[in-house]
Amino acid sequence: MKLRRIIACLLIGLAVLLLGARWVAPHGYEQQFRDFIAASPTKEFPLGTDALGRDRLARLLYGSRLSLLLAPAAAAVSVFLAALIGGLAAFAGKRWERAILLATDLTLSLPWLFLILTIRGAMPLDVQPEISVLITFLVLGLLGWAGPARVVRAGVKKIIASDFVFQANAMGTPPRRIFFHYILPNVRPLLFAQFWISLPVFILSEANLGAMGLSVSEPMPSWGNLLRELESQTSALEHPLQNWWLLAPIVLLVGVVSLLQVWQQRPKGSL
Amino acid sequence: MSLILIPFLLAAAATPAELSASKILTGGELRFVLPSEPKTLHPLQVSDESGELIRYLTSGSLVRLNRVSQKIEPELAESWKLGDNGAQITFQLRKGLKYSDGSPFDSADVVFTIQKLLDKTMVSPAAESFRPETGTVEVKALGATTVVVKFPSHVAGVERLFSGLSILSSRSPKKEAVGLGPFVIAESKAGSFLRMTRNSNYWKKDSNGRQLPYLDGIRVEFQRNRDIELLRFQKGELDLVSNLEPEAFEKLKTNPAVTSLDLGTSLDATQLWFNQVPTAPIGAYKKEWFGSQAFRLAISESINRKDMARVVYHGFGVPAAGSISPSNIFWYANELKAQEFQPKAALARLQKEGFRLDGEQLKDKGGNLVEFTIVTNTGNKVRERLAAMIQADLRQMGIKVTVAALDFPSLIERIMRTFNYEACLLGVVNTDLDPSSQMNFWLSSGSSHAWNPNQKTPVTSWEADIDKWMRLQSKEIDPKKRKAAFDKVQVIAALQSPIIYLINKRTLGAASPRVKNLKPAILPPHMVWNIEEIYFAEGAGKVAK
Repeated sequence: MKLRRIIACLLIGLAVLLLGARWVAPHGYEQQFRDFIAASPTKEFPLGTDALGRDRLARLLYGSRLSLLLAPAAAAVSVFLAALIGGLAAFAGKRWERAILLATDLTLSLPWLFLILTIRGAMPLDVQPEISVLITFLVLGLLGWAGPARVVRAGVKKIIASDFVFQANAMGTPPRRIFFHYILPNVRPLLFAQFWISLPVFILSEANLGAMGLSVSEPMPSWGNLLRELESQTSALEHPLQNWWLLAPIVLLVGVVSLLQVWQQRPKGSL
Repeated sequence: MSLILIPFLLAAAATPAELSASKILTGGELRFVLPSEPKTLHPLQVSDESGELIRYLTSGSLVRLNRVSQKIEPELAESWKLGDNGAQITFQLRKGLKYSDGSPFDSADVVFTIQKLLDKTMVSPAAESFRPETGTVEVKALGATTVVVKFPSHVAGVERLFSGLSILSSRSPKKEAVGLGPFVIAESKAGSFLRMTRNSNYWKKDSNGRQLPYLDGIRVEFQRNRDIELLRFQKGELDLVSNLEPEAFEKLKTNPAVTSLDLGTSLDATQLWFNQVPTAPIGAYKKEWFGSQAFRLAISESINRKDMARVVYHGFGVPAAGSISPSNIFWYANELKAQEFQPKAALARLQKEGFRLDGEQLKDKGGNLVEFTIVTNTGNKVRERLAAMIQADLRQMGIKVTVAALDFPSLIERIMRTFNYEACLLGVVNTDLDPSSQMNFWLSSGSSHAWNPNQKTPVTSWEADIDKWMRLQSKEIDPKKRKAAFDKVQVIAALQSPIIYLINKRTLGAASPRVKNLKPAILPPHMVWNIEEIYFAEGAGKVAK
């Protein structure tokens, strides 16, 4: 419990830091210092500057704020849909199961990228970058249910076949009660696991979509476009200690996801 | 550091006599990467960069553009003569040449190729420059080694048309699969690689009578990711990389095991333009801004091109003055200068037009906020950075700019069909030195007249003037008079700024030090245009006797 408290404090501290980015960062995320391009850390720029001379610290704080808000939201949407559809497949009989599995396979096999490209192409050009990224995350969330739904279906079926559900059925417990009192509590860890697995996937999807102009556009930062910069920073990966500031976005991403993973794990013995 | 600058390289380029004195190794396989697979290998139908390069390496043309001197040189034709006031060209062909399968080459093949090219069923980008608006092109053989091509009217720089025309065999059963180029395609795996081997029937010999090419073969791999390409090059798995981004080039410069090549200012330019199509679905007040010379000039004056060249191109770019790069030695108008960064002058110009600053926001005389969206294509880091710099520069002027990056088909749909855009930032690739290749761009009736294409009659008087001078230069035979006419076009374009030219980047590449006799040039195919003369210094081959 102590560890969870420490992690919660760290995450709250980070959230406060991100919300107070305006006061913490010495400069705006879009301000260009063209005489200091790709500069190493200094007092003025604690994490150096990017290729356009913009303060990396400011961009990291503002970018983290956006990604930390939207990636979990998209993950929550996709896991919610997965729970509904996967649960229905396991619960509602063979015909439903077959139909849902067919729909799942179809969803997994179709090139949804084209749908996202079409949506971006159809959006008005002067749409604000914030709205554009919101739509992108929403679409990602709506399309991301298929994989988790298969896992949820398998999990629910396993629980249905378990002794305690068998016993509950034998005792004449109504299906609604079985669902809410026996299945849902047991499937919850599975849903959480799917949520945490989806989270970095959505963050990285945002990065990849950014490369196609389907996500955050200039000059707004996000973890996605900050990570994209690493593509051309091979020196940072070859000599990470000498270029530690370039790795700040990935360190923060791994750190936050790890903290969230540890935090959500229940101590042994607790329900 | 092993940076080679072109002037030095040209001075140091070995003459054939010098080459004979040194050890030239034959053999070895040259390896490099192309971003995509060729869409077709039919020499007359190629439309993409990859296909064009394979065509160049495997087929022969009547004449060839020397990419360094920028002059047309004899190739399959040993000489040519212009007649009928520039409407007729007579080629004298070399004797005794053979295709890669051993079938003979003569005038019948040239006639066959041109007739095939002009066939209306042939979908060929190369054919567009051959097909006249009115009348027909006649081609006939006068014996085995003479061919006469007659156009309905004068064609400016007619001989350059034939430098990109691969001559097919009229007799070979293998049809377009055989060629007169230095290499033949030996193997290909879809999506992976294409391997070419030496054409044993290639007609060229070096000054010592040695059969060319020196190389045994070429392996071209298809790889879109440029970071992977660079890593492979640095590991020694590739021999050449071309069209490098400045950032990558700077990194390679510090690698002593690599010869980095700054080939000079390219012919390409990055440019910004405003939509001036009268029927475009944009606000009337915005159309008024975009149609105003003062507005366009003010935007041009507000963009700091020197900063762009320094920050985005790391110094490997120069502020562009117009559609013609300073590297295009003959056609560049020397009186043109790139627009200086003059934000105060820009603001004064706008105020004269009724614009005014309201706090930090610029408003027009109707009280509308001055804001517009720039569309560009996705996935190009350099262009994204340029757009961010334009945003920042114009923000200082009180102008809000939104950048919308679209996938290429969506972008083309907007700028060429629906005209549903406000401003566009794109790079334009020029592969031809002669301005006649830009007719479709400059003529107001042209489909590539970016800011307002397909006009029935010129909307503005200055566009009518451009039409007049472009038509004049295309009809004129005297190169000096053509140049004078095209200079007028360049000056009008600079004064009116329908296109705001930003940067001419430098053409950058790198090669393994073992690749010798490279004569890199700004014109494509930059590194391998003299492929038959390229050889390996060590390891790969054997010493030629």
